Amino acid sequence: MLPALEELKTAIEQQLPGVALALEAGVVLVEPKDLAAVGRCLKESERFRLDYLANVTAVDYPPERMDVVYHLYSMAHKHGPLTLKVKLPRAKPVVASVTPIWRAAEFQEREVYDLYGVVFEGHPDLRRILMWDGFEGHPMRKDYVPENQNAPEPA
Amino acid sequence: MEQTVLPAAAGGAQTIEVNLGPQHPSTHGVFRMIAELDGETIVRLKPVLGYLHRNHEQIGEGNTYIASFPFTDRLDYFNAMSNNFGLALAIEKLGGVPASERGERLRVIMAELTRLVNHTAVTGFLLNDMGAFGTPLLYAFREREKILDLFEAASGSRMMCNYVRPGGVREDVPEEWLNRARAIVDGYPRFLDEFEQLLTENEIVQQRTKHVGVLPKELAVNAGITGPMLRASGVNYDIRKVDGYSIYPQFSFKVPLGTVGDVYDRYYVRILEMRESIKILQQALKDVPGGPALSPKGVALVKAPRTFKPPKGEAYGRVEAPKGELGFFLVSDGSAVPYRYHIRAPSFVNLTVLEDMCLGQKVADVIIILGSVDIVLGEVDR
Amino acid sequence: MTAVDEGLKSELQKQGVFLTTWDQLANWGRSNSIWPLQFGLACCAIEMIATAASRYDIARFGSEIFRASPRQADLMIVAGTVTKKMAPQVVRLYNQMAEPKYVISMGACATSGGPFHKGYNVLKGIDRYIPVDVYIPGCPPTPEGLLEGLTKLQERIKARGFGAAMSEKQGEYRVPAYGPQGLLPRYSPEVWQPPTQHPFDYQRLPAAPGAAQAGTPSAPTTPS
Repeated sequence: MLPALEELKTAIEQQLPGVALALEAGVVLVEPKDLAAVGRCLKESERFRLDYLANVTAVDYPPERMDVVYHLYSMAHKHGPLTLKVKLPRAKPVVASVTPIWRAAEFQEREVYDLYGVVFEGHPDLRRILMWDGFEGHPMRKDYVPENQNAPEPA
Repeated sequence: MEQTVLPAAAGGAQTIEVNLGPQHPSTHGVFRMIAELDGETIVRLKPVLGYLHRNHEQIGEGNTYIASFPFTDRLDYFNAMSNNFGLALAIEKLGGVPASERGERLRVIMAELTRLVNHTAVTGFLLNDMGAFGTPLLYAFREREKILDLFEAASGSRMMCNYVRPGGVREDVPEEWLNRARAIVDGYPRFLDEFEQLLTENEIVQQRTKHVGVLPKELAVNAGITGPMLRASGVNYDIRKVDGYSIYPQFSFKVPLGTVGDVYDRYYVRILEMRESIKILQQALKDVPGGPALSPKGVALVKAPRTFKPPKGEAYGRVEAPKGELGFFLVSDGSAVPYRYHIRAPSFVNLTVLEDMCLGQKVADVIIILGSVDIVLGEVDR
Repeated sequence: MTAVDEGLKSELQKQGVFLTTWDQLANWGRSNSIWPLQFGLACCAIEMIATAASRYDIARFGSEIFRASPRQADLMIVAGTVTKKMAPQVVRLYNQMAEPKYVISMGACATSGGPFHKGYNVLKGIDRYIPVDVYIPGCPPTPEGLLEGLTKLQERIKARGFGAAMSEKQGEYRVPAYGPQGLLPRYSPEVWQPPTQHPFDYQRLPAAPGAAQAGTPSAPTTPS
């Protein structure tokens, strides 16, 4: 069974000095700079063994904030889910990539980059995945305005 | 197919870059692979996606929760019922909508029938890719049509059923439907035996699929692979058993596992899973409880979608869709329209390891490996 | 068959003599052997495969083989949503087909964007770039619907003179390029023009039934 979040928080903070986690409505908030260390700890510790990253996605909160959300499960111990959240500034959303830890993030981080514009440092191949390469803009952001396809075209 | 000759690659060998798709008779939809070949052997393979990116997520942010159901049909267009089920579970978690007993039973029946439909069709397509030009595919589609008739009788549409709702199912089914379903399920093992007799011991199938496209266990877990592909590599992880969602704990069924993780294992695991689904269906179709098909809260939701305003929060609901873990991530801001609607699609994540499985194989094997990954572009691109 | 009287024709038929014209004979052959291109994009493709399977059997209408190569196909059934990323490929394939060639736009998505028309990546109808002969509504159209569309196409082929169909050259259609926000051009002006009058503006829904009292129209007004 996945331990209660308070227990998890104290365990991680003991193992990684200098890391401070916060708990908010059943979600563990991680500072962007600590994400790689916390992720590795969660994956490799015997107690948690969160080796399966199910979901990586982003939520846009204009004008200030953009969140990246991770859902983790354990295939070894068959428990979960654990939700991690990283809050990023919307003007320059940059966070470390977890692809070196969980390969499952490879395509999903590319999708978040394509649709939201979050830059993942350390990703082996960060480029657009769903839109074409020359596309400008990040379509899933709340302030994106799509083109008007019926605008008149000169002959 | 474009062909350009690249300058000498790392080993000193000259390689050719070949485009497979997006229009190609063997791709499962508009999927493009850029393969670098050294002779006939794959040296590098990059998938290119997005040719069916229909922005379900952006549309979901403009629809009420109920209005997203027809769109979930079109995600994995083979398994409409499972997709509906996933979204219904996520909404039930988010808004606290309990499901009725009869509704739960009908949902499980529909989900398992969908699993039969999917695995049958996928096996047919895999054999089509191998070159068995049409015969297993036509057998598969013949059986699929019988189940599609059931879906049409229950929901009004063969494929895009839009049937499962939070709280149960949209319409009740009469007793004759259950009798027909029982008859079809009882006749299914005979079709599977016929299929297996044709294929499982077949020398060509064995030579073409054994030790082709091997996926090791650790890589499968690390890359987030789920579904029959994961179980064929030997990892015992089936969300129906792990999460025990809906009323699956009431039914007894085994989880078939493979050993090597090659294409043959993935094919055989699907055949065994079909047999397990038949077991579940036989148990589920016995003594279906009476009562409403949709619980009262579900009825209220359906009648007035704009009054359903779940409390602020988020929920991640997942189901064992026939292709893997289908998850829906919903964030609510207290209004009738979700603030964020994200779909975790199994085919999208399963494609991560395509290159790993294809390195060192021949071009013809790539087609079969792609067939065994079992992707549906509606899901991959959303 | 304007030259011979119908009564005479039926008399001769009873005797086992059939009269026809080159046009009719050639068109009969052409319309009963239309070979489609294997080109499924999305969900409608599955219904297309089901139509080709044994229950609905498109082969009895002559479309026995779905050709993989556009050079060998007569008919392109655009089955599924055409996204902006895919549109140049569709037009290129259409240009590669040999004439006379036909297009069936199967399903709501290929006709007008379908349920996904609000999308930033969805092309609102393939008829913006290539000429379409038959539109089949439905989401997805049942196999019977596709067969009905195919029958309508056969009637269209029979209605046109064989010589005229063989001698006209359509030329190449403009292949759109990927722009920063969408395709360039947004549509081919020689094939399609945007509607000047919008029959339903979904941004402005009609007022709730209680408010629509006597005098107010029940349908939204169209801007002219």
